[in-house]
Amino acid sequence: MNQPAQEWPLWEVFVRARAGLDHKHCGSLHASDAKMAIQMARDVYTRRQEGCSVWVVRADHITASDPQNKETYFDPAEDKVYRHPSFYRLPDAVDHM
Amino acid sequence: MQASISIHDSPELRYVLRLADTCLILAQRLGQWCGHAPVLEEDIALTNMALDLIGQARALYTHAGDLHATLNGVRYDEDQLAFLRDERDYFNPTLVELPNALDGSAAPGDFAQTVLRNCMIASLLVLVWTALLRSNDKALAAIAEKAIKEARYHQQHYADWVVRLGDGTDVSAKRMQHALGLLWPYVSELFVEDAIDRAAATQGLGPAWSTLRASWMSQMQSVLEAAQLQVPQLNAFCSTGRCGVHSEHMGFLLAEMQHLQRAYPGAVW
Repeated sequence: MNQPAQEWPLWEVFVRARAGLDHKHCGSLHASDAKMAIQMARDVYTRRQEGCSVWVVRADHITASDPQNKETYFDPAEDKVYRHPSFYRLPDAVDHM
Repeated sequence: MQASISIHDSPELRYVLRLADTCLILAQRLGQWCGHAPVLEEDIALTNMALDLIGQARALYTHAGDLHATLNGVRYDEDQLAFLRDERDYFNPTLVELPNALDGSAAPGDFAQTVLRNCMIASLLVLVWTALLRSNDKALAAIAEKAIKEARYHQQHYADWVVRLGDGTDVSAKRMQHALGLLWPYVSELFVEDAIDRAAATQGLGPAWSTLRASWMSQMQSVLEAAQLQVPQLNAFCSTGRCGVHSEHMGFLLAEMQHLQRAYPGAVW
């Protein structure tokens, strides 16, 4: 087995299923650099026609919120129903808001 | 045991079988990596390529079966053509039947030799498929249209590996150079011109592989140059797989590949 220090860095993979949709996180893989990561993502995550575009980003370039902050950060939104736009009548022209 | 089929001797049919067998036999070799590649991601990439090649071979065998029926009234299906021929009736170049480690250095194979061969064959197939887009055989042109996209990816992916490893560490460079020394002698055969190729070119069926040599050489040379590898000199050695005369490795490969159809005739998934 490789020592952790010699392992290829981890990359997070985002795949866009169709034109017009957004890229969705679908998993991760190891690759030595960005070019290889794109190719590996193509081979690992789009074999069954899952996508038409791929993004990769090094996992250590992502800054994540601290799980310990979960309650502090996210629970306060729980009772703020007025933040949803459900109390407004939208014109038909903007029905995908 | 299921007996062998015999193949009608026609240049047109042989021309198609050469390409089909190139795809199938390399796929069989790549299949041996399944579950054993150095990293999971490349394990999937190798088997993806193998499956692409099998898909191409299937289309070509179905087409060859139709041709056979036109030529002498006997129709063979893809499985019969893939699994029930004798060694001498396979027409792939010797390069694709060589073990994944020609020098026996490692089981299931040597990664340097594997990526180099994939790069060499994918580069060849890109040229073959590109020329076949203009084939006057419409079915062949349609197969080429689908296959060319797959071949381009294989070429890109494995050329990248050759450069990474050739222009990598001291160890990887040494191993790539060693792989090149082992496989390069089998290049000559790829571009030998013979009556089968000439007939195909004359009929407008497809290119004589000899006419692809210059493009292939210049593409390979730019990859090998980027990989900092020394291109060996070719000597008088010329393998003969495309004429049905194979290396000592082919019989073992076929024994493994054919075993199931021979033992259980007509077996399907």
